[in-house]
Amino acid sequence: MTQLQYKGTGSANGGTGSRYWKDKTGYLGVLPFLLFSGVFLLYPTWNVVSGAFKDNYGKFSTATLSEVFNSSIARHAFANSLEISVKTAIFGAILGSLFAWAMSTGKPGGVFYKISVALSSVLAQFGGVMLTFAFLATFGFNGFVSTLAVKFLPNSFLAESAWLYGKTGLTVLYTFFQIPLMVLVFLPTLENLKPQWREASDALGGKAYEYWLRIGIPVLTPSFVGGALLLFVNSFSAYATAATLISLSDFLTPLEIATALTSETGGSNPAEAKVLSLFMVIVVVIAMALYALMRKRVSKWEQKR
Amino acid sequence: MKFSKLTSGSVAAALVVALAIPVISASSASATSKTNYSKVTSASQGGGMTALANACKKEGQLNVIALPHYWANYGDMITGFAKQYDVKIDEADPEGSSQQEIDAAVTNKGTNRSPDVFDIGLAVAVKYLGTGTFAPYKVKSWSYLQGAAAVSSTGEVTPNYTGTMTIGYSGALGTITKLNDLLDPKFKGKIALNGDPLGSSAAMNGIFMINKALGGTFDDVTKGVAFFKKLKDAGNFILVNPTQSTIESGQTPVVIDNGYLQANVVKQFAAAGQVWKLFTPASVGSTYNMAISAWAPHPACARLWMEYTLGETGANVFASGGATPTLWVHLVKTGRASADGIASIGKSKVVAEAATAAQTAAARVYLKTAWPEAVGTN
Repeated sequence: MTQLQYKGTGSANGGTGSRYWKDKTGYLGVLPFLLFSGVFLLYPTWNVVSGAFKDNYGKFSTATLSEVFNSSIARHAFANSLEISVKTAIFGAILGSLFAWAMSTGKPGGVFYKISVALSSVLAQFGGVMLTFAFLATFGFNGFVSTLAVKFLPNSFLAESAWLYGKTGLTVLYTFFQIPLMVLVFLPTLENLKPQWREASDALGGKAYEYWLRIGIPVLTPSFVGGALLLFVNSFSAYATAATLISLSDFLTPLEIATALTSETGGSNPAEAKVLSLFMVIVVVIAMALYALMRKRVSKWEQKR
Repeated sequence: MKFSKLTSGSVAAALVVALAIPVISASSASATSKTNYSKVTSASQGGGMTALANACKKEGQLNVIALPHYWANYGDMITGFAKQYDVKIDEADPEGSSQQEIDAAVTNKGTNRSPDVFDIGLAVAVKYLGTGTFAPYKVKSWSYLQGAAAVSSTGEVTPNYTGTMTIGYSGALGTITKLNDLLDPKFKGKIALNGDPLGSSAAMNGIFMINKALGGTFDDVTKGVAFFKKLKDAGNFILVNPTQSTIESGQTPVVIDNGYLQANVVKQFAAAGQVWKLFTPASVGSTYNMAISAWAPHPACARLWMEYTLGETGANVFASGGATPTLWVHLVKTGRASADGIASIGKSKVVAEAATAAQTAAARVYLKTAWPEAVGTN
C-alpha cells in the first residue's frame, strides 16, 4: 500500500523532485574539492591556530604566545621575512608585468608567445634546492660565471660572489620565481585591455598618456596589486630555497618553524612552531583578504567583455 | 634522525606524517605466536634467537624511519637484514630528524605503519627516557656495548654507533695540516658546516670539534665560535647547507660533517677518479641510539633488528661505513673486527669524546645569540 501511494504521488511530484536534485547535483562536483581543502587546509590551519594557545602537553596556555611575541630574535626573523617578501613582491610585480606587457603586444598564439607562457609556467615552480643549486653553480664563489669573471672581469660584481650568500642573494633567488608567476597572473588582464578602448580614446582626441592615465592604468591597477599580493604570500611562505642557501635557524620565520619542529640539539618545541605559524597565518589572511577585494574589482572589468 | 640533510622535504614530510590518515588498525601480529613480543625485554626471555627470528618472519615486516642509505652504511644494513631474515622493510621519511621519528610514532600509534624502531640522537633520546615511548630491551651484546649502561640501565635506548666529526675537503685544494690553514685566501667561499647548531647536531659537534682543537671544553664553546667568526670575516665560511650535489659539483669543497657521511663522499670521489681528503683537528663525536617503539606494530622484528644492528654483523656494517659501532672495542679486543671496518675507521679503542645532553643544551642557549652574531648575515 505504501509502495503504491509512493508510486502514485511519485508521478505527480517526479518533475519537481528530479529538478530539485538536478540543482543540487551541481554541488556534488565541488565536493571532492571541499573535502580536500577541509582535510589538507582547514584542519591543519585549525590545528595550528588552536595549538598556538596550548603548551606542549595540550593544556591551555598563552605562555609560548607571549614569549614568542616578546622575543627580539623572533621579531627580527619576522621582520626579515616581511622585508624579503615585500621587496620580491614589488620587484617581481614590476618586472613581471613589464614582461607580460611585452608578451601581450606579440602575436597571440605565436611561437614566441607560446614559448614564453610555457616557460613562465615552469619557472614559476622552480624553487627550493634546485634553484639554490643553480645559482650557486652559476654565481657562487666556485660557480661557472664567477670563475670566468675572476679571470676576465675581476672588478665586476660577478667576480665577488659574497652578495649571493645573504639577504641580497635570497631576494634575487625569490624574484627569479616571482617574475614568471606575475607574468602568468597578469597576462590575462592585459589581454582584456580592448583595442576598442584605445580607438575610442584616440577618436575622442585623447593622447597616449591620457589613455594610460585614465583608462589603462585604472583598469590594470587592481590586477597589478592583486598579483603583487599573491607574490608577497608566495615568498612569505617559501622555505626550501632559504633553508639551503642560509643555514641560520633564526633568519626567517619559516626556518625558525622548521627548527622548532626538528631540532636535534634539544630545541624542539612544537608549541613554539605553532605560535610562529599563527603569526604567519594572520599575515597571510590579511594579504588574501586584500587580494579577494582586488579580484572583485578585476572581475568587474572582465565581465564587461 | 638526520636533520643535517635538510631539504624541502623536511617540513612537508612533517606535515604529511602528521596528517597521515591512520590506515588499518594494527593486526596484532604477535598474536599468531605464543609469546607476546611487545613485552619481551631480552632474546632469552622470548625463547631464544631462533624463536625470535621465526616470530619476525611471521610478522613479515619491519618499519624503519629516517635511515638514509648513505648514512652510516644503513643501505647495506637494511638489505642485509631483509635478506638474512626474509622480511620486508618499510622505510619511511629517510631525511627525517630524530624528533620527527618520535612524532611519527605518536601520530601513527595503533596503526601498522607506525615505526618499529628509532635511530635517534642523544638529546632526543634523553628527553623521552621514562616517558613510555620506548620498549626496554637488552640485546645479547648489551654488556659489551660502550656507554650502554650509562645511557639507560634498563635498555630503553641503546647507543649503537658514534660518528667522529671531521673536515672533509677536495684533494685539489692541497693538504690541510692545521686549523689555521683554513684561513688561507685560497679557501675563500669554500668552507661549509652541515646545518645550523640550533637544529643540527652535526653542526653543533663541528663547533665542539673546532673548539676542542683550540683548547676549549664542552662547557665553553667561545673559542670555537671565535674561530668561525674569523673564518666568516675572511670570507671563507659560507652558510650554504652542503648536500651531495653541492659537494660533487664543487660548490662546497670543504665540509665540516660527520665522518660516516664523509666516508661515503670519499668512495664517490674515488669512483670518479678524484680525491676527498679528511682532516680531524680534534676527536669529537656524537653517539646515536637505537630504541624500540612502545607502539611497535611488529615487536618481534623490532627486537630482531636490535640484535642484528647492535651485534657483530651490524657492528661490522657500521664500521665499513665510517661509523664507530659501540661494540667496536670488544670486537677489536677479541679479534673479530672485519678487515673492511678496520680499513675504514681504524683499530682505535678510544671512542671519540662526546658532549652530554646537558652540555649540548647549554651550548645551544649560548649559540642562540652568539652564533648569528659571529657568522650571521644581516
